[in-house]
Amino acid sequence: MNKVITPAPTAGDNSVQAFDVERVRKDFPILGEEINGRPLVYLDSGASAQKPRQVIDAMSTAMETYYANVHRGVHAMSQRSTEAYEAARTKIATFLNASSTNEIIFTSSATEAINLVANAYGRKFLKAGDEIIVSHMEHHANIVPWQLLREEIGVVLRVAPIRDDGALDMEAYESLLGPKTKLVAMTHTSNALGTVVPIADVIKKAHDHGALVIVDGCQAVPHSKVDVQAIDADFYVFAPHKIYGPTGVGILYGKEELLNSMPPWQGGGDMIATVTFEKTTFQKAPLRFEAGTPPIVEAIGLGAAIDYVSTLGMDNIAAHELGLLHYATQRLNAIEGLTIIGTAPEKAAIVSFVMDCAHPHDIGTIVDQMGVAVRTGHHCAQPVMDRFGLAATARASFGLYNTRDEVDALVESIEMVKEFLG
Amino acid sequence: MFGDLRELYQEVILDHGKKPRNFRYPEDFTCEAAGNNPMCGDALMVYLKVDDNKIIRDVAFQGKGCAISVASASMMTELLKDLSVDKAEALFKAFHSMCTDDENIDEQLAQFDEEIVERLQMLSGVRQFPMRVKCATLAWHTMDAAVNGEQDITTE
Ligand SMILES: Cc1ncc(COP(=O)(O)O)c(C=O)c1O
Repeated sequence: MNKVITPAPTAGDNSVQAFDVERVRKDFPILGEEINGRPLVYLDSGASAQKPRQVIDAMSTAMETYYANVHRGVHAMSQRSTEAYEAARTKIATFLNASSTNEIIFTSSATEAINLVANAYGRKFLKAGDEIIVSHMEHHANIVPWQLLREEIGVVLRVAPIRDDGALDMEAYESLLGPKTKLVAMTHTSNALGTVVPIADVIKKAHDHGALVIVDGCQAVPHSKVDVQAIDADFYVFAPHKIYGPTGVGILYGKEELLNSMPPWQGGGDMIATVTFEKTTFQKAPLRFEAGTPPIVEAIGLGAAIDYVSTLGMDNIAAHELGLLHYATQRLNAIEGLTIIGTAPEKAAIVSFVMDCAHPHDIGTIVDQMGVAVRTGHHCAQPVMDRFGLAATARASFGLYNTRDEVDALVESIEMVKEFLG
Repeated sequence: MFGDLRELYQEVILDHGKKPRNFRYPEDFTCEAAGNNPMCGDALMVYLKVDDNKIIRDVAFQGKGCAISVASASMMTELLKDLSVDKAEALFKAFHSMCTDDENIDEQLAQFDEEIVERLQMLSGVRQFPMRVKCATLAWHTMDAAVNGEQDITTE
């Protein structure tokens, strides 16, 4: 798995280098910070990733040198802003291998992107009795919008179970598919367990039954290459802040024809073609779904983040993180009284765990004293916690900047938990 | 090093966390409430038996939580026994002030026995950990809801 990349040759250095995590770390100013006099060990990228200098600079440069509103006005700054904003859209389309830039919609968050589909697609095309399948390991963002739709129009929610190791139970999923299935809303990678779902297979089986699929790719996109055409997703959602971009922006990919068949869900400026008091006609996608002033600087920052990971190479990032996952799994498994929750064969670099001697909240507080940042709680995925009979876990989630030394620091800090609470 | 942690996880706290007192469903009680901390998924029930003179005769709890929330609930059940409801609520206020470093703590504590104050002090190590104050006060908020006739509360 450990592939070698050839970085753009820099002056005086024409050698071929492996993914150089130490060099990458220098791009992230925050990694130089200290917590309680110790270097920050940031193992919470699953909640939100840190930002490289390239993203920070792209956003400052936009605000310092060419910021204005987009799609309005003929003046130079508006034109430059619009170009940069649309260039970001193109970068995302290329990154996901969408067939057109019209398939990329900027929302305010991944959560809003899912709600957009629930409202614009759901209200128009779904009716009482239609079935929506979700998995047992969805984030609340991919459960609650469908429940709201259920309350409103009476669709039926069905839950595809997972196995004890946290993998999707494919057979059970298939048996849920039927003539009433209209939509499958499924995570690509579980934020609570790290499970990678065989999403192409899930989509193919749904399509065989005439159902559409919306994929929650929030935890997949940061960790490996995603090709929306190869997997044939109808909708694909991700959260830019988890892939080293800013907050305040979300991405919805949708097949162009599908998007253009959907009504807008919010009305305002930018999304209209013409407005009179008698009748308003709407733009096509993507602008139809971008009512109001969009997150301009954030979209530009995301464009820079996409450039950043693309230059490093998603395959190199994936290989590096897989190495960390294996190392962390091995070291944590060796700790007596610690149990990893989520041991599916296919996983992203996310390790949830519980300890006999300590509640996750206590683990979080103690390891934090040693500079180690992990997430504790139900990870906005209470149903999957219930599935394992837990209220909470502690979760270490890795990013491209993490190192084996940091895994060691985590293990050391867990020893401290045992010292205090064991 | 780790002085703050040692203060947070004192022996007494750990003992109550591991072996909570009055951790039971009481045979009779006059009010109850459920407390939830959605941040960490902690959930507990608090049961109180209050007599006609508004004196708390028994306190018990059940539920799941971290060492801090369980220890705090456990110690609370001991501290509140035989206090009047008014005094219990005043104690909750004082405890809350201790955890959040409010002013005039001394004034608030003056009305309580030294022994009670000492125990509260043990619990107030959380003030160095603002994210954990909710854990330490969950049971108390729940008790407050119970004596005021509310069914459940959520801290966020
Ligand atoms: C799997 C998954 N889906 C959805 C979301 C929601 O993302 P956001 O809160 O950025 O809208 C998250 C992030 O917490 C997530 O991990």
